Order: sequence, then C-alpha cells, then structure tokens
Amino acid sequence: MTNSWTDIKNTDLIIVMGGNAAEAHPCGFKWVTEAKAQRGAKLIVVDPRFTRTASVADFYAPIRQGTDIAFLLGVIRYCIENDKIQHDYVRAFTNAPYLVKEGFSYQDGLFSGYDEAKRDYDRTSWEYELGPEGYVQVDETLQHPRSVYQLLKKHVAAYTPEMVERICGTPKDKYLAICKMIAECSARDRTMTSMYALGWTQHSKGSQNIRTMAMVQLLLGNIGVRGGGMNALRGHSNIQGLTDIGLMSDLIPGYLTIPKDKEVDFETYMSTRGFKPLRPNQMSYWQNYRKFMVSFLKSMWGPAATAENQFAYQWLPKLDVAGYDLLRIMDLMNQGKVNGYFCQGFNPLLSAPNRGKITASLSKLKFLVVMDPLQTETARFWKDEGVHNDVKPESIQTEVFELPTSCFAEDEGSLVNSGRWLQWHWAGQEPPGEAKADTWIMAQLHMRLRELYRKEGGAFPDPIVNLHWPYRDPLDPQPDEMAKEMNGYVVSTVTDPADPSKVLLEKGKQIDTFGQLRDDGSTACGCWIYSGSWTERGNMMARRDTSDPGNTGAYSNWAFSWPANRRILYNRASADLDGKAWDPKRKLIEWNGTAWTGYDVPDIAVNAKPRDVGPFIMNPEGSARLFSRGLMRDGPFPAHYEPFESPVANVMAPKIRGNPAARIFPADLAALGTSDKFPYAATSYRLTEHFHYWTKHVWVNAVLQPEFFVEISEQLAAEKNIQKGGWVKVSSNRGTVYAKAVVTKRIKPLICDGKTVHVVGIPLHWGFTGAARKGFGPNSLTPFVGDANTDTPEFKAFLVNVEPSNGPATS
Amino acid sequence: MGLQSQDFARISATNFRPPDVRHDFEVAKLIDVSKCIGCKACQAACLEWNNLREEVGINRGVYDNPHDLTPNSWTLMRFTEWENPESGNLEWLIRKDGCMHCADPGCLKACPSPGAIVQYNNGIVDFVSENCIGCGYCVKGCPFNIPRISQADHKAYKCTLCSDRVSVGQAPACAKACPTGAIVFGTKQAMLDHAQGRITDLKSRGFKNAGIYDPPGVGGTHVMYVLHHADQPQLYANLPNNPKISQVVELWKGLTKYAGMAAIGFAAAFAFVHGIVARRNDVSRAEDREAEHLIDEEAARGRQA
Amino acid sequence: MAVRREEERTTVDRYPGRVRVNHWVTAISLILLALSGAALFHPALFFLSGLFGGGSNTRALHPWIGVVLLASFAILFVQMVRYNFWAKVDTQWMRQIGDVMSGHEENLPEIGKYNGAQKIVFWLMTLLILVLFVTGLMIWYEYFGASFSIEQQRFGHILHALAAIAMLLVVIVHIYAGFYVRGTMSAMTEGKVTGGWAFRHHRLWLRKEAREGVIDERQAPPRHHGVGPAE
Repeated sequence: MTNSWTDIKNTDLIIVMGGNAAEAHPCGFKWVTEAKAQRGAKLIVVDPRFTRTASVADFYAPIRQGTDIAFLLGVIRYCIENDKIQHDYVRAFTNAPYLVKEGFSYQDGLFSGYDEAKRDYDRTSWEYELGPEGYVQVDETLQHPRSVYQLLKKHVAAYTPEMVERICGTPKDKYLAICKMIAECSARDRTMTSMYALGWTQHSKGSQNIRTMAMVQLLLGNIGVRGGGMNALRGHSNIQGLTDIGLMSDLIPGYLTIPKDKEVDFETYMSTRGFKPLRPNQMSYWQNYRKFMVSFLKSMWGPAATAENQFAYQWLPKLDVAGYDLLRIMDLMNQGKVNGYFCQGFNPLLSAPNRGKITASLSKLKFLVVMDPLQTETARFWKDEGVHNDVKPESIQTEVFELPTSCFAEDEGSLVNSGRWLQWHWAGQEPPGEAKADTWIMAQLHMRLRELYRKEGGAFPDPIVNLHWPYRDPLDPQPDEMAKEMNGYVVSTVTDPADPSKVLLEKGKQIDTFGQLRDDGSTACGCWIYSGSWTERGNMMARRDTSDPGNTGAYSNWAFSWPANRRILYNRASADLDGKAWDPKRKLIEWNGTAWTGYDVPDIAVNAKPRDVGPFIMNPEGSARLFSRGLMRDGPFPAHYEPFESPVANVMAPKIRGNPAARIFPADLAALGTSDKFPYAATSYRLTEHFHYWTKHVWVNAVLQPEFFVEISEQLAAEKNIQKGGWVKVSSNRGTVYAKAVVTKRIKPLICDGKTVHVVGIPLHWGFTGAARKGFGPNSLTPFVGDANTDTPEFKAFLVNVEPSNGPATS
Repeated sequence: MGLQSQDFARISATNFRPPDVRHDFEVAKLIDVSKCIGCKACQAACLEWNNLREEVGINRGVYDNPHDLTPNSWTLMRFTEWENPESGNLEWLIRKDGCMHCADPGCLKACPSPGAIVQYNNGIVDFVSENCIGCGYCVKGCPFNIPRISQADHKAYKCTLCSDRVSVGQAPACAKACPTGAIVFGTKQAMLDHAQGRITDLKSRGFKNAGIYDPPGVGGTHVMYVLHHADQPQLYANLPNNPKISQVVELWKGLTKYAGMAAIGFAAAFAFVHGIVARRNDVSRAEDREAEHLIDEEAARGRQA
Repeated sequence: MAVRREEERTTVDRYPGRVRVNHWVTAISLILLALSGAALFHPALFFLSGLFGGGSNTRALHPWIGVVLLASFAILFVQMVRYNFWAKVDTQWMRQIGDVMSGHEENLPEIGKYNGAQKIVFWLMTLLILVLFVTGLMIWYEYFGASFSIEQQRFGHILHALAAIAMLLVVIVHIYAGFYVRGTMSAMTEGKVTGGWAFRHHRLWLRKEAREGVIDERQAPPRHHGVGPAE
C-alpha cells in the first residue's frame, strides 16, 4: 500500500478491481464502510463475479478475467478525451512532459526491440532523450510528439468504449458510468483509492495490471494524498514483511538486489546502482544504496566484513538467471536437478500451479523438509488418498521430514500489514507438543552445519562459518534480538569530522533512522527500511497509542510504519508546486517557507524547497513514471494481452498468445489448453470463511464452508444440465477435479468479441487434510506460467471444461 | 445466574408478572444488512463464545452453511440473490438470522414450564436450560422459527443475545466480531437513532424504501435490522412481513386454556351437586323381585326354543 | 355369559376378565394422560408434573402413555363395538334423559346391553382418542417435529387441547354415571351385576341373557371331578 488501511476512510471513491476486499480482507474492509458511512463515499466493484464486495457496492460491472488492462487503458483514454486529468499534478509530478528517444515504437501488440526466440525485449529504445548534462529533455507544453504524454495518448487511442466492451464483455453503459465516476476524482478535492490484490497479480501481466491503475491514479492526481493511492491488499498476514526482508530469490532485505554472476566484485555491482539524478536537484534517494548495502553486509558478517574484503560481498550468492522463483525451482526439480527442498510455511502441492507437475517434481527429490504448524498436503504428497491424491507411494523414494512449528499466535514478533505497519505481538500460548519456533529450528540447523564446516571444511565454508551470530543463546535467537539487528546499530563510534570531540554515533547504540547509515562499515543494519523500528527509545512496533491529531487516519504513534514511520508514501505530492495542500481539507504536509510540516513524516528532505525537488524521491527523475523506461520486462506502457489460455483471440493483435515477454517453459507451453476443448473461462479465488489452506484444519471454519465447490451461471447450468448442489467434473488440459456446483445469478455469461463466454469460479480452500471435507484446489487445473516481471503464477485466468458428474469415484 | 424475580420482566408459565422494578433501559442489537458482507464472522464468534460444536456439513449449492439454525448454530447468514426489477441490478441480500428477542415473545407465551423462558428487564429473552422440558412449544410460539430442540439433551436452544456478556457490560460476541460494524449493540434508543443515520445514507444512495425492521406485531424487537427494502422484508430469506404470535397459539394459550379449565371444573361441580341433590338411582327390592320373575319366564322360553 | 342364581342373590355376567383388564388399562392411561396433560396445559397445574418425576419426564412419558391408551382402547373397541350400534330405542331413551337424571327409569323403554348415553360415550371416546392420537403425533416433537410444518403443529396443539378438554368432559360423565347409577361399579370390578340392576337398566339384555340359560349355583352338588354343563 502507498497509503494505509486506516487512510481508506478519507476517500471519496473506492474502486475494487483485481480483488475482493470484503471477502478476502473483511477486517480491513471496515475502513471502506467507514468512508461510505461517514463521508458518503461510493464503492465500485469490477469483477467477473458479483462478489461479497459487490453486495455492498454502489456500482458493479462485470469484466472478463485477464482484461483489466484494456478496461483501464480505456479509462485513461476517457480521462484524456474528456479533459479529466489533474493537469498541474501531471505536468509537475509525472514524466508526462519528458521526451522519449527516437526509435521507440509500439505496433501489432509489440514494443520496439522484441526477440521472439528469447521471448524478451531489447529495451534500449525504451529510454528518455537525454540532454548534454545527462538530464532528460522536457516539453512542459506536453505537445511534443515524443513526449510521454503524447505517446500515451496515442497508445490508449485504440481502447474506445466499444473496444473495451468487445474485449472485456463489460456493457458499454456500465463502463461509461464507471469512467465518469472515476474521472470526477481528477478534481483537487476528490480522491479515489484503488484496492486490489491477487486478482491483479496472478496474471501473466500482473505487474502491468497494477501499473495501469497507478497511471490512472497519477493522471487523477491521487498518489500521495489522503484517501488516494495504490493499495495492495496483501494476501497473507506478514506477506508484506516477507518481501520487505527479501524472501524472494532475487532480493535481499530492504529491496536491495542479489548480485548477478556477472557482477564479480562490489564496485561492478555498485556501478549499475548509482542512480544519478535524471533531472536537476533531484534527491534520487537510491544514491544511498551503498550505505544500505554495506550496513547489510556488516549485519550479516559482522567483524568478518571489512573494507579490505569488500565487506564480504563475495560471500553473497550470485544469480546466473533472473531468479529462482517458484516456477523455475519446480521445473528444475522436475528435471531432477534439485536434491533437497525446504518448505517453510508453504504448501506447494496446493499452492503451485499444475499440481500434477508438482507431484512429479517432489517425487524426484532425495529429501523434503516441511516446517509447518499444520499437517500439510505437501508433507503427504506421497500418500495415496484415492482420487484426492492419486499417487503410488511405492514408486516415490523422497524422504520427507515433517517438523512441527509454532503458529503466529504462539510466537512473539512483528507482523507487517498491507499498510507497511510493523505491529509487535506477543505469544498467546505455548506451542503444542513438539512444535518449535521456526527460528529455533533454523538456529539448531545453522549451529550444527557451522560445526561441520569448521571441522570438515568444504567447497566454500566462509559465508557459513563467518556468519555473524551474536545471540544470547546461539541455539535459540529471540525476536527482540533479531528485531534490533534489523533496525541497525552502531558498530564503531563516529565523530564529527569538524569536531572530533563531538560524537555523532556511539558504538553499540541502536540507530534512529536509515539517514544515519554509513558506507564505511561503522554501522550495521539488517533491513534499512526497518530502521527506526527499535531505537534507543525502545520497541516502536509495540506502540499502541490511538491518538490521531487532525483525524487524518495516520495514527502515527500506533506501531511503526516503514519507512521512517511514514504513513503515506510520496506525501509531498499531496501539496501543490508551492507546497500548499491541493485540498485544504485533506492537508498532510505543507511547506511553511522553511520546512515541510504537518501530520505525517514528510517523504522528502524537510528543507527541500518545493519547486526544486520532486516528490518521487526514489526515482532519479524525482517524478512518477507514466512511461516506465526499461524497468519492466514487458513494456514501458501496459498493453492488452490475453491470458495464455483465453476463450477469445487477442483482438488488438490476433497473432499474440499471452504476454509475449512472459517466460514459459517448453513443456508447459505444450500443456496449455485451447477453447475448442476447454471452452470456459475459469478463475480461482478465496472465500471469506477460510484462509488459504490453513483454516480447513479448524473445526469452526470447516463448519462454515465445509466442501469444495465451483460457481457457475444459471445459463451454463441449464446448458449442461447441472443441478444446484450436484456434482460436476471440471477439467483442464492438466488435470481434473470434482466439485459441488453452486449455481448462481452472481455469475452471468459475458459477450466478448461476439462470443458468449461462460465464467467458472473455483475457490481454493480444500485439500485432503484437516477438518473440512476432502476436496481439490484449483491448482490441479492451472497453467504453469507466471507474470513477466515477478513470475507470479497465472491463477486467475485459464480454460476448463465442466460436465455433470456422479462425484469422485470411490474405490 | 443468581438472578432474582425483580431482574425479570416476564417468566414463562407463571401466573404473575414480576414487578420489573429494575427496568432501567432496554438493549438492542442492530444489524445493518446494507453493511453486512456475509463473512460469517458472527457465526464463528457465536460458535466460539458459546463453545458450540456444529457438524461439518456438505455444500448444497449455496453459501448458507449450516443450512439452517440448529441447537448448535444460534445464528446463521442467509443469502438471497435478488434481481431488482426496478433497477435491473442484481442484489445479494445477506441477512443474519437468529432470535429477534421480541418485546412480546411468542416462545415465552407458549412455554408450559415455569421459568424455562425469561425476559430480563433489559429486554433479552433467554432460555433457562435447567427449567426447559424439551416440549418444543416455543418453536410453535415463535413467529420467526428460531428455537431448536437438541436431540441430545432435549432442551431448547437459541441466541441468548450473549446475556452472559451483556450482564457484565460487554456487547454480544457477534457484534464484537463483526469486521464492518454491520452489527452494533447498545440501548434500544441509541440503536434506533443510529439506524436513522443509516437510513438517510441509504436513501441518498437510491434505496428509497430503506428503513428499520422493528416489527410492532410483536411489540418491537431487541434485534433490529436496517433494510434497503424495508417495504419488502420477505425478500431477505423470508423475513416475516408483519410478524405476530400466531392466532392459533394465542387461542391455544389464551381462551382455550381458561375456557377448558372452566368447562371441566363446571362439569365436575355439576356432577358433585347432582350426586348430592338428585334422587338415588338405585335398584328397588321390587325390581329385584320382578327381575326373578322375568328371569324365570325368559329362561323357560329359552328352554322351549 | 350367563345369569347366575347365587345363595343370596341373582347376578348377571357383564364383562369377562379380559375386558375388565383392558378397561382398567385404558382408564388408568386416561387418568395419567389427564394428569400429565394438565401439567403441560396450565401453569397452575404444572405441579402435577411432580407426579411423573418432573417436567422433562412428564413431557417424555405423556405421549408413550397415549400409545398405551390407543392400544388398549383399540382392543376394547373390538370387544365392544358390536353392542354399540345405534338402535331406534336409543333415540327414545335419549329423549327421556331427564327421567334418568331424576332417577325415574321406570318410565323408559327397555334397553339392551348399552343405553344411548353409553353408546355416545363409546363413540365419543373412539373419536376423541383418534383425534388426540393423531394430533398427539403431530406435536410429539421428539420424533415427529420434522414431519409436520410449524403451522400444522400449531393446529395440532389447539386441536389436541380441545379434544383433551372434550375427553375429560366425557370421562367425567362416564365416571359420574358409574357412581350415580348404583350397582354399576361391580360390572367392572367383579364383572357382574345384580339381576335387579339389569332389570332396571338393561332389561332387554337381561331377557336375552336369561333366555340363554340360568346357572343355579345354590346347591351345586358335587358330582364328579370336573364340571359339567348345568343343564
């Protein structure tokens, strides 16, 4: 989230698209009801199904899954056509006036530089035109044909309301009504908030889905303001924390990146991370990258990381490919190239696409370790459960270790919510039986491995034997110790160069903010964005002060919000060019002539003059990007691409299947189905009664939603002679599941490109362990392809067939 | 509970009305259907707080689970898909069903067991298990089809409005758990006032018949709804339009009870008086003698035949 | 069945043992039903549930007693129905019910085994027991709660209550008649009535019984071991 859950109460219009906030985030959804009840805010829902969120919406429109970009590019077109953009904001705070290099083009669904064999682009033409000083050329009038604004206008021209209806199946009148409601928020005193979740991310162009709405929000002037923003509703408790501390194959904590194997030393690594400003006077905050990186390395290897050994840069792993994401690792496993796999709080047998492939992959492991509070299906992937897990245990040689762990309620620590709040929590009770905290297990493993490496050596023992391990009990590190390490501390005393008697940073003290981090090894910090969370004043995450001066929804003394306890990112953009709030009723921070002051921690240097420094300080431009340069693999502008499995061809570019830049392994490409055999457009989702594959283990939740089902329209049910509550067989080119049929008015057939498209909804909460009835997950059906930028699997749009059935055969 | 007669407004099968002197204020739960997202947190909270164990059922092609109220499920979300003919829009009407805590409770009226159903001064209607005999009369008394009889212990169960929580100043578990504030709890007057604000908001969003459901036929209720279509409560999974205690039950528990007792008493009294004042209906000596003659005659005839 | 000349009196056999047993099972069931039913009917009588071990037991037992009643009455019905078909003379008798109530039965026509009032009691009991049983099933919540709609059950309740009241009125008439008409009780205790009673109340029946034979039990000389026919 750029903003926070509590900030949603400040909005005038909520658009829920690519998500189902009421269903999947009912507690956070209270802020939507607050905005509606207290401010008279309106709620729009755009979804293939009439969801629980739609049940309390003011306006609902259907859309075919996987066509959000077309819908939103059409919204941009509408706003430009009808002059409903916030001009001052767009001109000053975005890259709309910037000129793009000659040579950039978009034609027949492809941007310049496409290499079909590699399924990738040469992105060099997707760049700004730079002047002699290295700064971007700008046309403040926005008239230059190569200005981002004009390129965008040209790019969206094809997405007329008629085209949107043709692609998305959204009736034109409903579509235009939504455009009108959105466009009204271009006024300075109206804001819209976008709430989205996995309905946007789990597509082969998930990142671009989100980008398109971010562009809408920028054009409306809704980023950085109260009640605005791009608000990702995170799918798990602490999944925000997971990405923050770098639990991605290409990240290290604080969104620093894992080196590539070509980056043979630290200086090479840093040479592409200089982030020189692209406009005069800009902060380009990533210029501090070296400080964050060195402090990170110091926290990893402590005294062993020195200037002489490049702060142990060489001990970091190096990537030989873009990343070892879930799909790649499973594919490698399937090729027999992986010996062992640690599954920590993860149930890939039900969470990864194409379950058949996952079973085959796990079967090729020598060993599998599952660390989980629950008895997961993954730990039992070898078990013959009849139709619910049809395997031959005698043919599987994988050795499985199941280590029971404590659950969140039995642990102390912090959880990071969608709004970037680190909230400390305390253990509610002791874990049952032999369950141990994950940290305890990992520490035990580490200490034993370290001992083995010390005794026996090995190919490369250095990173392990030198790992900084300063915990009170090395076999059981405690949450407070780790939290302090994340915050950062002073390794050696730093004095003022002008006055050596003046101590700036005292050895052993916690640092207050990442502004104190240094690149000379005198500070250590596990995750720079968490700096400030546990300072000398104590645990900021444990704060529980509900005061909220000005009733802004910031609650600045409740817990800690990264970065720097800032509640709304880019909040400088809430004020105009001279530093006055766009909307005085929604003041966040203002320039008082000498400094920025207000309700939130300014997202800019406190004394940076308004017209000098742009609000988007993390970008070298200082502005937000409508044109994302070469930073996204699949295009500097979003473009409509069909899902890899789609009931209709891409009407904009009929030859292109899926996202042309998305990676797909050859065998998985062959496993895609077509609409002649699998005519129905399926999508997967959660239900509010359950959380993922966890709560089926809980009796109460099992009572509330006991059995696997799929949802179909009354029309499809009639066509296929399917009874409400009867059994159906749902199959894709990769697998088959049996489910009860929920026949509903909430799903209606769509007309796309003149063709009737039936939507099949497949919720995801059942497996073969737990208190609920045995069932299946949608991953038995879904394709093994991910987003071009993140490799998040395309769970939200695929093709199936549906037939009436007598239910799963019992043998 | 250690409650005394003065804590009650009514007690089932009891021939007096308690003095009700501690009647300070009435409480109410307001369920704002227009804010409800049907998440069933209230159902979960009810099961958890009351420590109930419902069966894991099956899917019957709808979201409603369990499929009906049971002795273990005292509240239930009921889902209705309705196409509004006026707007052409689909509406997914989700109503939390459960005891309405009527001011004039039909269950209490029907109950034959003294003290098995009570109404506290604050308006909560509660079942007292130790006095319940499991006859199921409350089921017939209720205009909302709420009480359920357990086949395990043959006691009637329903929502208590968390009388245990309310008695120590807490809101019912469902209200506490509701994530969107669709369930609110307070004094009845405060809830009526709150509802007015909600109705104004709904009217501004085009629901011109938005209103409160506080049916006068049962004297008002201590569980109320805010409905978008208050003119058509039956849309919400057959919420009764104008609920009243059934006339049949009124007759059974009213006139029949008194007239029946009177008729039997009168008959017994008449017999008693008649027995005392009427001439003895006894066999006289003469009749004994005549009987002998008759027997002889008839016996003789019998032999001839 | 027979008329017997005993030492001091003449008696007429009215009910064999099997009928008397049935009658008393029915009678006791009815009384228990009345007591338990009354406990559930009116709060003032709820104390009667104490006789059955409390409210829950009363609720549980009452319908089972009803089943016993139905069974025993069904047999009684078979045993008695042939004497209870309406005859012309019953209509005449009923017209003169005032003479019965004032003790002037000599004015009445001769009557067979049962008079009009007895037949009405018989048929009313039959009808009411049927109604009570059917409505009783409808409101027997433990087993039939799911078999009938709540509205049907509500009607079941009121019909059950009304039928029970009617039944009690009939029972009061029946019992009071037994007391008021002296000499009647022995019919259901010993199984026989005096000749004079039969002559006064059921003369046609007496004639019929006498025609079928009179057993003289006054001398009763022992002849052989074993008993032969009197004639």
